[in-house]
Amino acid sequence: MTSSPTLETRSFSVNGRAVTVHVPEDTTLLSALRHDLDLKGTRVGCTEGYCGACTVLVDGRPVQSCNTPLWSVDGKTITTVEGLARGDVLGPVQEAFLLEQAAQCGYCTNGIIMTVTGLLSQNPPATKHEIVEVLDERHICRCGAQTRILKAIDRAIATIGGAAR
Amino acid sequence: MTDLPSNLKANALLSRWVSVAADDTLVIRSGKVELGQGIATAMAAIAAAELAVPFEKIRVENTETQVAPEEGWTAGSFSVEHGGSAMRWACAMVRELFTAAAAEALGTTPDDIVVTDGVFRRKGANEGLAYHQLRERVDLEVEATDRPAPRLIGGSADRPDLHRIDLRAKFSGPGFIQDMALPGMAYGRILRPAHPKDRLVSIDRAAVEARPGVVAVVIDGGFCGIVAERDDLAVKAVEFARKSARWERTAELPPMGEANAWMDAYEAKSATFIADEGEAAPAAFSHAARYSRPYIAHASVGPSCGVAEFDGTKMRVWSHSQGIYPLRRQIARVVGLPMEDVTVTHAHGSGCYGHNAADDVALDAALLAKALGRPVMVQWTRADELSWSPFGSPGRAAVSASVGADGMITEWTYDVWSPPHLARPGFGDGINLLAAWHLAEPHAPSPPNDAPRPQGGGDRNSVPLYKVGKRTMTHHVLPERPLHTSAMRALGAHCNVFAIESFLDELAAQAGIDPVEFRIRHLDDPRAIGVIRAAAEAAGWDPADAGGEGIGRGIGFARYKNSGAYYACVATVEVAETVRVTSVVGAVDAGFVVHRDGLLNQIEGGVIQAASWTLKEQVRWNEDGFAVRSWADYPLLTFSEMPEIRTVVVEDPSAPSLGSGECAAGPVAAAIGNAVAHALGVRVRDMPLTPERITAAINAA
Repeated sequence: MTSSPTLETRSFSVNGRAVTVHVPEDTTLLSALRHDLDLKGTRVGCTEGYCGACTVLVDGRPVQSCNTPLWSVDGKTITTVEGLARGDVLGPVQEAFLLEQAAQCGYCTNGIIMTVTGLLSQNPPATKHEIVEVLDERHICRCGAQTRILKAIDRAIATIGGAAR
Repeated sequence: MTDLPSNLKANALLSRWVSVAADDTLVIRSGKVELGQGIATAMAAIAAAELAVPFEKIRVENTETQVAPEEGWTAGSFSVEHGGSAMRWACAMVRELFTAAAAEALGTTPDDIVVTDGVFRRKGANEGLAYHQLRERVDLEVEATDRPAPRLIGGSADRPDLHRIDLRAKFSGPGFIQDMALPGMAYGRILRPAHPKDRLVSIDRAAVEARPGVVAVVIDGGFCGIVAERDDLAVKAVEFARKSARWERTAELPPMGEANAWMDAYEAKSATFIADEGEAAPAAFSHAARYSRPYIAHASVGPSCGVAEFDGTKMRVWSHSQGIYPLRRQIARVVGLPMEDVTVTHAHGSGCYGHNAADDVALDAALLAKALGRPVMVQWTRADELSWSPFGSPGRAAVSASVGADGMITEWTYDVWSPPHLARPGFGDGINLLAAWHLAEPHAPSPPNDAPRPQGGGDRNSVPLYKVGKRTMTHHVLPERPLHTSAMRALGAHCNVFAIESFLDELAAQAGIDPVEFRIRHLDDPRAIGVIRAAAEAAGWDPADAGGEGIGRGIGFARYKNSGAYYACVATVEVAETVRVTSVVGAVDAGFVVHRDGLLNQIEGGVIQAASWTLKEQVRWNEDGFAVRSWADYPLLTFSEMPEIRTVVVEDPSAPSLGSGECAAGPVAAAIGNAVAHALGVRVRDMPLTPERITAAINAA
């Protein structure tokens, strides 16, 4: 006989849409995004806070969603990779990664795209050096796409910097 | 007929390879699966060229056992070589059939028909008929054997802006097996021990069943799967179950020791496979050395995942396996179904570098789906990935050689020890799937055996391409080993090329000959010499550079498997406490290049992964069992540690395409090892080249 979990209700905004979910206690942001909101562009990686595949933006800041309890984002604004494009036009960081073909399997990529998007949206935007420091600390790529990812970051900085000017 | 590629002979029906959709899309099916290496894009490029359609009109369908051509494993860097040539011929024959149909429809003869951009026209005509307009006239349910050989083999759809067909979607939303959802799907997790020789005796089953969201606890011998309505609740239930789990230790592990010293505790099956006759030429000096590499983990970023559903009669399985056909046969045997009732569909997974846990987790899912009668997804945890997934096999090599007064090697003796590198499902008669060994009625694995020569496993790339005089070569397989091993990128080539190429530098130094020159003198193969020269030139190789002061450069070369792509590179390093690789400048000859950016991406990834293995990676164990359980225990090369990578493509478009996905591993390891020796004046012969080993080598000098 299945014992039903005790549910709690959480409300927040995802990609510009207000959502309310009823989830078991201690549900993570990652689990809510993937299981309850069917937003699977946010990847499940190590779920231990190391690999960064699950990174999303919370109020504009890159956060690993696997170790972020859902209660902590109540009322906050979440952006996932699904929220970066405008219609058919990819977000500038996504576009930079696509143009540089900055992936092999592409599993770690979306988390990195979110981190770079968040750091370049800061005021003032992060420098390349600062971005690489964050990648070293919070992201892992196993296929060996790092040199392409670094080129994509250069391209994104040029695009976004150009747009800002 | 004898010219037909073997994969096409084995799957002669053209409809298996190609079909034409009503919207004029050309749907292609390959038995070679997308592993993150970009093969789907390469297949599309091949098909576009042979069908003479725009690249965008090709749709690559996911490989499914009952539909797609059976092409064995996607492994060994054979996908373009074998799968690509079969696709090329199949598409060329399809184009022939459509050309004939167009001729008939347009009231002319086939040699009056030209096809461009997917439209068949009479010569000089503006109007014509597209593939979909002719599809009712063409029967693709014919065997390739019924058709003449294609008139035109060749051409390329490659262009600088040819992008991977799968990346845009993956960068925007779902794209992987972990993202699947079947109606009514439940989520399973497996309780596995923390020691490789432990077996589950019992858990407090009732307590686990009472946990929130738990749907079922499936126990069969030492196999324990816990299924819940949500994946996160399944994870929590497994952690809860672990608290009450009782384990039985069936054996202890030997101490690891330094540089694979544990190998001494195991008995080897030895085979001398080359023993040249005759006397070696007189020697001016002799030299001997030993090298090693440890166990290496696949360590894909995504967890291994399998999905299965069972309707009481038929089972469907989704897997990111490299070999869905053998997996299908193995799963059918374990779950007790006729093979016809099992379908396996390939789904994209996280980057695959060999036989990882993809097959094992597929059986986990199949067992749970059969027990429950509802669809189940199973994922592994990071700890399970880093402990229960098969590992890349460790190696130890001992080389001795003599060199004549003319600076030429006269005699070469090589011994390599390693556990088997190949234990894929379908390799041998046993069941090579983890859960099957733990069931109440267990299935035995195939007897441990290594991959046969000439490709070889532990002895892969152990035979130097160089002229080394009188050779004696022995492979010592260790059938029993502390941790499970199977195929991982390059197999024994990483250790063997590291050993051979390091040793060549040692010989060259003693002979007083520049390492590049020393290699070229010992080679006959012009393509081998070509990539070595190209890499040396691109890197600005200076024979007079004496190195030292912590800065050095080194070269490494191999032809992968002695039959695949040629790759040579020059690595530069700065050595302080740690080794920093500053650049890797290489040259590759892979014959005709189907997708240049795909080739470069594979080389870059191979360089980075090999540098990471060589400098940092080592799977460890201790008396408590697996000692690598999270990313914190298994660091990889980071973003700030990336070398500058440049690759020259040496291409002869008339030469057949050669597999290139694994060619960088050995040469990069060797180039780094040689660069470190050049920088320090002392050599580290055991991988990984850790700060501790660097310090020890300096202190011993």
